[in-house]
This record gives sequence, C-alpha cells and structure tokens, in this order.
Amino acid sequence: MTAYLFKRLAIALATLIVASVVVFAVLEVLPGDPARIMLGMNASPEALESLREQMGMNQPLITRYLNWISGMAIGDFGRSYTYSSPVIELIAERITVSLPLAIMSLLLSTIIAIPVGIFAASRRGKLADTISMGAAQVGVAVPNFWFALLLIYIFAVALRLVPAGGFPGWGDWWQALKALILPAVALALPQAAILARVTRSAMLDVLGEDYIRTAHAKGMPRHIVLWRHALRNAMIPVLTVLGLQFAFLLAGTIIIENVFYLPGLGRLVFQAITQRDLIVVEGVVMLLVASVVAVNLIVDLLYAVVDPRLRAR
Amino acid sequence: MTMPASSQPDDFRHFLHQALRSGSFMTGLIITLLIAAMAALSFIWTPYDVTNLVVANRMQGLSAAHPFGTDHLGRDILSMIMVGSRNSIAVAIVAVGIGMGIGVPLGCWAAARGGWLDEVLMRFNDVVFAFPALLSAIMITAIFGPGAVNAIIAIGIFNVPVFARVARAGALALWPREFILAARAAGKGKALITIEHILPNIASILLVQGTIQFALGILAEAGLSYLGLGAQPPMPSWGRMLFDAQTRMMIAPNQAIFPGLAIVITVLGLNLLGDGLRDILDPRLRRER
Amino acid sequence: MGSFKSILGATAILLATSTAVFAARTDLVLGLVLEPPHLDPTAGAAAAIDEVVYANVFEGLTRIGPNGEVEPALAESWEVSDDGKTYTFKLHDGVKFHDGSSFDAEDVKFSLDRARAADSTNAQKVLFEAIENVEVVDPQTVKVTLSRPQGAFLYNMGWGDAVIVAPESADGNKEKPIGTGPFKFQNWAKGSSITIVKNPDYWGEPVALEKAEFRIIPDAAAAIPAMLSGDVQAFPNMPAGDALPQIQADPRFEVVIGATEGETILSTNNKKEPFDNLKVRQAIAHALDRDAIIAGASEGGYGVPIGSHFSPANEAYVDLTDTYPHDVEKAKELMKEAGLENGFKATIKLPPPSYARQGGEIIASQLREIGIELEIIPVEWAQWLEQVFTNKDYDLSIVSHTEPNDIEIYSRPDYYFNYQNPEFNKVIEELDTTTDQAKRNELYKQAQTILAKDAVNGFLFELPKIGVWDAKLEGMWENSPVQANDLTAVKWTE
Repeated sequence: MTAYLFKRLAIALATLIVASVVVFAVLEVLPGDPARIMLGMNASPEALESLREQMGMNQPLITRYLNWISGMAIGDFGRSYTYSSPVIELIAERITVSLPLAIMSLLLSTIIAIPVGIFAASRRGKLADTISMGAAQVGVAVPNFWFALLLIYIFAVALRLVPAGGFPGWGDWWQALKALILPAVALALPQAAILARVTRSAMLDVLGEDYIRTAHAKGMPRHIVLWRHALRNAMIPVLTVLGLQFAFLLAGTIIIENVFYLPGLGRLVFQAITQRDLIVVEGVVMLLVASVVAVNLIVDLLYAVVDPRLRAR
Repeated sequence: MTMPASSQPDDFRHFLHQALRSGSFMTGLIITLLIAAMAALSFIWTPYDVTNLVVANRMQGLSAAHPFGTDHLGRDILSMIMVGSRNSIAVAIVAVGIGMGIGVPLGCWAAARGGWLDEVLMRFNDVVFAFPALLSAIMITAIFGPGAVNAIIAIGIFNVPVFARVARAGALALWPREFILAARAAGKGKALITIEHILPNIASILLVQGTIQFALGILAEAGLSYLGLGAQPPMPSWGRMLFDAQTRMMIAPNQAIFPGLAIVITVLGLNLLGDGLRDILDPRLRRER
Repeated sequence: MGSFKSILGATAILLATSTAVFAARTDLVLGLVLEPPHLDPTAGAAAAIDEVVYANVFEGLTRIGPNGEVEPALAESWEVSDDGKTYTFKLHDGVKFHDGSSFDAEDVKFSLDRARAADSTNAQKVLFEAIENVEVVDPQTVKVTLSRPQGAFLYNMGWGDAVIVAPESADGNKEKPIGTGPFKFQNWAKGSSITIVKNPDYWGEPVALEKAEFRIIPDAAAAIPAMLSGDVQAFPNMPAGDALPQIQADPRFEVVIGATEGETILSTNNKKEPFDNLKVRQAIAHALDRDAIIAGASEGGYGVPIGSHFSPANEAYVDLTDTYPHDVEKAKELMKEAGLENGFKATIKLPPPSYARQGGEIIASQLREIGIELEIIPVEWAQWLEQVFTNKDYDLSIVSHTEPNDIEIYSRPDYYFNYQNPEFNKVIEELDTTTDQAKRNELYKQAQTILAKDAVNGFLFELPKIGVWDAKLEGMWENSPVQANDLTAVKWTE
C-alpha cells in the first residue's frame, strides 16, 4: 500500500513539474508586451523601459522560471502586471466565486442525475427509461453557454426573478446565492445528463450480478435490493465520474463566468490571457492543473481502498 | 470487445439487420445525413449571400423572405446556419483526424512494446489530461491567433490522448489472445501483427469513439467561436452567431435560438449515431438488450 | 413581449410610488464598462482610471469642466507672464490629503517633477515636456517656468495624468489612492466593483452623495438587465446596443446621447503599398458608406459622421464629410486610375470593441464592391498595441481615438499612420505657440481640411456617448470632454 501510495504521489508530482515547464514555456512565447499594455498607447519608450526593468522582465528565461517556481512553492505567485497586486490575492478573491459555483453545480447535477439514473435503470426498457435517457441525450448535446442564454432570457429578463449577471459579493449572501443560481444550473445540466447515463449503466451492470439475483430470489423487497445493495456497488464508477467532473467544472466556469460576468477564476484567466498578464495566467493554470492532479490522486487512492487487488500492484 | 473483422459479408448483413432495428442508430444516422446534406447544399445554393451585408435589412424578425430573420448586420440567419455547418463539420472532422492519426499509432505502439515506453507515453497522456481542455485551447488560440485552423489544432491535440488510451486498452486486451499468439509463433513482427490483426479488431471501438469525439469537437468549436477564438468573419460559424446574438437576446431572441438549435440537433444526431453503433458492435451490450 | 412590457410598466409605477416615501437617497451605483488596471492616474493611460478617480478622488491645479472648459481646482487663481512662459499658481488654503497630511506647494513641485522625471512612468509625459522648472515660492504659491510658450498648458494641467499627489502616499496610489478630492477611496473588489465614500474634511463645496460604487459591467448583455432592474442607477457610457429604444421608451430613465472625443477611424498605413497612393485612399473614402457603418457599428446608430479627425462638439469643427462622398462608381474609377482596376488583397486588424469588429465586417463588404478583398484579423488590445500601434505591421485597422483634441498626432514623426505632410506639421507648430482662441480655431480648421483632402484615414464617425441614468438623478455629465465621471455635483432629487 505504501509503495503504491508513493508511486502515485511521485507520478502526481512529476505531472505537475512537466506541466509547469509547459505552461511557462508556452506563455513566454505569447506575443504582446505587458509593459506596453500597462502604460497604454501614448507611453514613452523610456517609461516602458523603466517599467520592464521594475518588473524583472529583462532577466534571462531560466532565472525567471526558477524564481517563479520557487516562489510558487512557498505560496508566492508573483504580482499581476495589470492589477499590480499579488496574484495569490487575486486568486483568493476569485475563488470565493468559482468554488461555490462549482460546488453548487456539482450538488445540483448529483441531486438530479443520480435519482434519474437509478429510476431509469429500475425501469429498463420501459417508457420512463426511454424518456429520461432521451432527455439525457438532449442534455449532453446542449452547449452550456447557449443554455445559459436561454436561462437569462427566461428567468432574468422576462420573469426578473434573478439577476442576469454580475456578482454583488458575499456581503449579502442571499443576493450572492441568487446571482449564482442561473450559472450553476447552466453548468449543471450537461453534467447531470452525463452523470445520469453513467449512473444508469453502472446500476444495470450491478443489477446483472449474481448476488443481486440471489437477493431477489431470496424474496428481498425490490426497493431494498435497489437502494441498499445495488446502489452502494454502483457508486464506484459514479464517484469516479463525479471526481472528473469537478475538475471539469472548475474549467467549465471559463465560458459560463463570461456569459454571466461573474468575477471568478475563469474570467480572471480569460481576461489575463487577452491582456497578456502572463503571471496571472500561469498561476491560475497551475492551480487548475494541480486541482485536476489532486482529484485524480484522490480517486486513485479511493480505488486502492475499495479494490485490494490494486494495492498489490 | 471481441468483434470479428467486419469485412465478411455475413457480418455486414448481421450489422445491417441490427442497424435497422436500432432506433437510436437510425435517428442519429438520418439527422447526421440531413446536416451533411445541408452543408453540401450550402456550397451551391443558399437563400442569400452571407458575405454581402445589407445593413438596411438588419434585425428583421421571422418572415417568408427570412424564415429565421436577419442578424445585426442584415444577413439572413438561415443562410448563415447553412454555411456555418461547413465550418463545424470541417473543424470536427480534422480534429478527430488529428486525434486518431497521432493517438491510435501511439496507443498501439505503447501496447505492443509495453515496459518503460508504455509508461512514458501513458504518463504523458496524464499530463495532457491534467490540463482543462478548454483552457488550453484558449491559450493555444491566444498564442497563434484566433481562427479556424488554430481551433482545429487546439481541439485535435486533446483528442490525441483520448484515442491513444482507447487504442491501447483495445490492443492490450487482444495481445494475449490465441490468434495473436499464433501469429507471433509464426514469426510475424509486432508492427505487422498490429496492422494485420490488432487494427481491424479495434476499428469498431475507434469508430464509436470517433463519433463521440466528433460531437464533442462540434461543441468545443462552438465554445471557442463563442469566445471569439474560432472561425473569423466573413466565414459564419454557429458559435460566433451566438456570441453576436447574446447582447440582443431581449429584442431578437431568434438570432440566438436558431444557431443554438443547429448545434443541439447536430450533436444529438452524432451522439445517437455513436450510441447506436456501440450497441450494435459491442456484443456485451447486445446481450443485455 | 407584450407581457414583458406590462411587467416593466408595473414595476415602474411601483418604484415611482415607493421611493417617494423615503428621503433623498445618498448612494449611487454606477456602471463602468472597463475595469481600471490600477487607480493611479499618473502611472497609466487607461481611461478607466480617470473614470473612477478624476475629480472625485484626485484633483489637479486646474480641472476640465463638463463642457471642456478649464476651471480652477487646487489652484484658486493664476497669473501668466507676458511672454507666456511663466505661470504663477495661487493654491487653496486648508487642503488636506485623505490620509490627513496637508497639501502645499511642495506637493505640487513633487508631483510635476515626478511626472516629468527621466524614470517617470507617466503615460502622458508629453504634457509636461514644456516645463523647465517648478519653484516653490511659498507654501501657497508655485511658479512654473516653461521652455517656450504653450497654448494648452492650463488645459494640460487639468488632465488626470497631472493630478497632485503626496510624496508620502504616491507609491501606494495604484492600490489605495490618496488624493485631495471630495471622495475617499474605500474598497476595490477586483473584477467587480470599486467603492468611494464622501470625504468629510473636503476643502471645497461638500458633495451630496455619501457613497458611490463603480460596478464593472463589461457588456451590453449584462448592462441592459442591470439597468432595467435598478441594480445600477447610472451608466454614463452604456453599451446599450440595440436595446436602446426600449430604454428610451421607459420613463424611469433619462437617456442622453452625448458626444465623446472618440474619432472612430479606418486607420490606414500610409507608407504601405498601395495605400501610399492618394488615389487608392480616395477610392476607399468614396467606397465607404458612412450611414450603413453608423447604423451597424455605432451604439444605437447614434454615431455622428465625421470627415476629418475632429470632434463635432468642438467649436473649431468644420463639416468635411462631403470631401469624398459615398460613390462606388467614382471609387472604381479612382482604382482604375491607380492601375488597380482588378482590385487587390489586404488585411484589416480589428481590436475588441464592437464598433471595430462590426464596423470591420461592414467595411470589408463595402470595399469588396470596388475589388478590395479584406482579410479580417481580430486582435486583442495587447496585440493591437504591439502589431499595429508600435510595429506598424498592418494595412488597415479600426480604432476610436478617444483622447481629447488630439489632431496633433498626425504631425508626430513616427506615429502608426505613417503619415507625413510638412504643410500639416507647420499648422500644428503654429498652433502650439498660439494662445489667441480665434486664431487657434482658424488653425484647427486648416489642419482638419488638410487631413480630409489627403484621405489619411477613413474618417467614419464620432463615437456617441450613451448616458443612461435614473430620471431622479441630477448633475451627471452629458458630454465627456475628458474621460471622467465627475460625481461632485450629482444628487438625487427626492
């Protein structure tokens, strides 16, 4: 078990290091001079040069990479070119929008998808199954930003129940939640559709197993078999997909936050790319990559706990 | 995952028989063919010329002359959707092609060689998977500039590990099989075995995966275009039509609804086709039906 | 849509009756399209900085009023020597910075010297370029000596880049601006809003508002619902898009179509073939249909056509839109004369604003009629600044030049238009040393005419300023002679 654990940890760390080299290398070739962006059209060459010097942009590439990576190890992500405030502060500020949004949509998609998946599985081949899986097929095909536009039109513009965009801050938590509802729904729908399909097929797999047939044969009530025995075993693939989806949701916020003008990580990174605020892009991308790696690691470890055969490897 | 090579006429007849009975396969096939026909038609005829702007006709509602209305620059939305389908299909096809062209050989190679090469290739896959695909696509188009070609590359890159993984898993399951062992015993090289025996036998799972990636490619292209990073004007694209329409959602919802429906229907058709194909080709699921 | 309107109407009535019960409000949420990169107007060109802090948080020696006039600010009066080279400013007494430190002549000297220093990061160093020496006469008096007479000196001192800062706090102004204005900076939630509050110790006329929040709303898709729902009560430069008629029809709102200083032009690389040929530029000018461009690319179609690089709101403006009227046949003829009857291919690089992206599509379609095939290349501002503005690697572009009174850019030797005309430069040189207003206007007219005749760029329209605010708000600026949201006179009427 320890060997397996160490191997997984080593792999995760190696992934992070390779990713950091890729991110840094890729972003260094981005066209655009950050000093020029900070000072604007009519800035004088001297002003530009002195700013470049101040930002340490005249140092060699390797030095800058090492400074960056060693800084990041101790939580110093550098200073934003456009906001001239520490990147870590920007990220901390923005994550208070993105994280609740991702959690909300994950909860929402779980609450919708798992019962639908179980229900469909228990009614396999019947009309209810066909309808719910047909709906799931449509759900998978809907681009979330288009769905978001429709939601805005119906619930914000026509019915005026919730704001159409923007974020008032967590000072008034009720208003804040209201501002996150539509984006969470828009993000959750396609995820729920995928999850419902996974749940259904996982349930079908389990329901075909011998011990379930035995339980039925022993005369155990149908719903107890379904909920107590089948569901527990079907949860493994479902949890895997959930783990993957969480990472996906964090990234999926890029488009949705742009549709709703939410000041979250996705908008931060999108703006930073267009404004060539490299240091911010690097920081956020690494954070997202790290969260994907961390989720994968946790899923791997959970597998080991669940399935002893893996531990032996 | 044990399919006989589908070149034999018996299998084909069996496939046809299954296909005609599969509702999702037929629905998906019909939708996909209709979209393809629309794209083909747009090369020779569209109701209006989408590159010639008549600003005076802007923001019209639904009418006999413009069944889906006109956009903010006076273009006919139906014509734009027709021409836009070309862009979606082309981007998705090439992106899947890139993914298969690089991913399948890599996956097969890893499966055939095993050992450290397999490990390195699969770890490399992990690194690519660790990057949120959309974020990376945005970065790629930001570096090389927005445009259809760069969108294709960005989407294609993320198809590579998908196909590598599927091909490797399929190939790994085949290598210990008797007919492969027999071929090895006969002195055939790994490369030859891969071409003669492995590839034909994993073709169907690749086809299924290809259909799914095709649908994902269309969604991804729409997302990039929506962010302004995909195909550029005057070439219409569904995603950019949505971007242009969103500020006018209140006064002209038709400008957003129709391109969105086009995306949904196309992706739905492809997914149904993929699901149907899998049901037909995968004997394990066939048994369950 | 019918029910939607009735909901709107009902809400309007509800709002009208309910607010009358309360005393006049003292808070305001104001929409901003662009978030400032930081809040120090002396270290950045971004207009968004001035849109928050100008006149509210920071003040200069002079200030620009709502109609573009120079008014006294921290300097209560001034004297100009007969040779026009020495300005003696008399400063207000009892002025304090927001951190409690007092303001005097030393701060003025510090600010001006800092702005013109060799290592200055002031984005508009040219404003201070004529200053030779700044001398503290006594704590209430400053004498500024110029190397040559400069007609626009007092105007220059009213720019946001010339505000007075304190040596103790200057370095922290990007994050926590400390000025002398009637509002104090309170909080900046990055990516969403900036809040300022009333400065109780203000030296001048106290303001009516207790608190103002600048909320960043970058797009029409979000701006329109925010305004309609009352979340935002003022949007001085609103991206209303095609929803404008709906807002205008709503009695809750005051809609003011004002003018900006934004000349929206089809920037042309005058040194690049074939655009170096006057006939080609004239052909382009004839091919452009300004009405269609304005209808499709300016907010609500409210752009005002221009025929040269000058604001129609300025008293020295001359209408030159008929220099090369829309005439496709004439344009084709000129192309033929230039030996290009078969047309040519070129690129057009478009920055992000909708006037550029949409205008670019329309212009590409119009130029196709005379055989010019344009490849559209959208660019972000960062790339635009580097490729087009700095490296001049472009054929055509569309951009709005929003700096006030900036016709002199055409005389700069290395400006991105690559335009050189000694005759024009002479007019600008003369302008620089002329202080008599009538004479200056005459010179401005000459300058405009030269640019129009040379068809330096495609002159399209003056960017409209769509100001939308609650009908019960008073004192908002209708025009924007400088990019600012001066809240000093704003109040609720009930």
